[in-house]
Amino acid sequence: MQGNEAIAMGALAAGCRFYAGYPITPSTEVAEVMSRELPKVGGKFIQMEDEIASMAAIIGGRVGGLKSMTATSGPGFSLMQENIGYAAMAEVPCVVVNVQRLGPSTGQPTASSQGDVMQARWGTHGDHQIIVLSPISVAQSFEMAVKAFNLSEKYRTPVILLTDEIIGHMREPIELPDFDTVEKYEHVVTDSPAEYKAFRNDRGDVPPMANFGTGYRYHITGLYHDEVGFPTQRLDEIDPWLERVTRKIENADDILLYQTDYEAGARTAILSYGATARTARHAMKQMRAKGEKVNLFTAQTLWPFPEKAVEELADSVDKIIVPEMNLGQLALEVERIVGRKKVVRVNLANGEMITPDMIVKAAEA
Amino acid sequence: MSDHILSVHDVDVNEGQVPREDWFEASSTLQHLRKNKKFPTIWCSGCGLGVVMGSLIRAMESLGLDNDNVALVAGIGCTARMPVYMDYNTLHTTHGRALAFATGLKIARPDMKVIAIMGDGDALAIGGNHFIHAARRNIGITALVVNNAIYGMTGGQYSPTTPEGMRATTAPYGNVEPPFPVCDLAMAAGASYVARSTVYHPLELDKYLAQAISNEGFSLVEAVSYCHTTYGRINKLGAASDMMMSLKENSISKSAYDKLSDDDREFNTKIVRGVLQTKKRPEYTKVYGTLVDKIHDEAIKPRNYGGH
Repeated sequence: MQGNEAIAMGALAAGCRFYAGYPITPSTEVAEVMSRELPKVGGKFIQMEDEIASMAAIIGGRVGGLKSMTATSGPGFSLMQENIGYAAMAEVPCVVVNVQRLGPSTGQPTASSQGDVMQARWGTHGDHQIIVLSPISVAQSFEMAVKAFNLSEKYRTPVILLTDEIIGHMREPIELPDFDTVEKYEHVVTDSPAEYKAFRNDRGDVPPMANFGTGYRYHITGLYHDEVGFPTQRLDEIDPWLERVTRKIENADDILLYQTDYEAGARTAILSYGATARTARHAMKQMRAKGEKVNLFTAQTLWPFPEKAVEELADSVDKIIVPEMNLGQLALEVERIVGRKKVVRVNLANGEMITPDMIVKAAEA
Repeated sequence: MSDHILSVHDVDVNEGQVPREDWFEASSTLQHLRKNKKFPTIWCSGCGLGVVMGSLIRAMESLGLDNDNVALVAGIGCTARMPVYMDYNTLHTTHGRALAFATGLKIARPDMKVIAIMGDGDALAIGGNHFIHAARRNIGITALVVNNAIYGMTGGQYSPTTPEGMRATTAPYGNVEPPFPVCDLAMAAGASYVARSTVYHPLELDKYLAQAISNEGFSLVEAVSYCHTTYGRINKLGAASDMMMSLKENSISKSAYDKLSDDDREFNTKIVRGVLQTKKRPEYTKVYGTLVDKIHDEAIKPRNYGGH
């Protein structure tokens, strides 16, 4: 199965019942599978007029009670930014898949890239929190799609599933679980409609979300709003909201996913993610075969960045190699945490994949 | 009405008509407004939007709709602020995108009445693409477009419905672009119900909105309004009352229009009020829902992708 197909399967397993999208290479297989499979489970699919509308439609669908997803690539991801910000502001769960291709602009539609790491974090205007996950295999594409839905629901936030053309189009064997056994996060509203406050700040960081048409008549807006959703300019209403929505993601431990393969006494580490993480693992094996000790850190959650884990890694090594298929994006974050002196960047942004040799050479330099 | 309010509006207490004590409780229309925190509205006094809001409530009330089963979806602008005052499921979205959000919501909840409330800039400039595609799909959404021919909230810039030659803050020498005829656009794109009236004719709006909401497919009601604060001031069209009266003088009912000679019809410059199109076309969520049911049934039980 392809990575893109595995994402669609993961979404279905997680309970996704609505997909709205617009065709774009190299993400289109996600839409094709969803259009075929959703009706079989009673779900709905629509091909919208553009990516702006797709993003809007999935938010509308979720407000109506269906777990929703869209998938796109660079140019479409740019168009979705406006309503990704809306989902963050209005705290509407949704999953956005970005199968990265080489940009900027139309770039090279069939070439892979990791050029949207910063856009995934800061693509929409204004300060906001967001979750960005990045799989390294077909099996992980499935697992991360499930994870994306559950985190999105649990924290009422858009989640970006940031994959790339290589992982998306790569085929690997995968054993899928029985979908009924897959864990699914569901909102439970216990307050009566009269008591219900969709955005209350004083009872946990994530107030449960009521769906439209269930007796909870409330207001949702992209304006700063009070606890019941009405627009406000009062600082005593804006500040607690801002604190809560920042805290709910910054303070959550279960969002931070990463894999480590450490060797005692290693003074060099490779930190990578996505398709490049596969190259990094290959480089690690080559180095270890030569008797060199090396640590491998694979980030699966890119945002919020697993800061503490990387700090700990930095304490034990002299050098962290950060290979990425861009001109240095996640490296900026690693440099911020561990200092520029320890970071060695390995970059390629021409559509080609980074080779293990490039990483080995960087380790030896 | 308190003396304070009257004095703010420079009205003598003796001149003002003092409403009855139970004015709020006695009005069934007002009972559909939100009762906490949201008043007064952000609209300028004299604005036609209040008339449209009243018509919309009366239309829904006449149909006996359950407020829980109605979603009001709006974009950005003066008109798009309407839902916040109304006691229904209300979604205030991004500029131009009301119909795209509404499409997702309608697909998720085909049983709900979904009404998209937009101004002319919202619906036809930034949201023009969504407008024609919602009409093409004939999805069961009522689009209420309040057309005041200007961007009011940002201070009076020309919109896609500003008549040629009229001034705006971004057309200081007069607008050189031809306007979109809102209803013609919807009719050409496939809307199954299209009607137009003005804020001078609220009873017509009541009726057309009720018909639009009852229609299964995509409906458009164009409510022609005015903006005395920006457009009226820049073009020296007088006070709100003058602009309201000009809607009376410069509009003609469809039945009267139909009786005109061919020549008179060709040179008519008045706003034609009436039901302009009704079409029997299959509604999108019905068609797709039937398909989904069929495929779901054929799948007997959801396939086990475990594949053993």
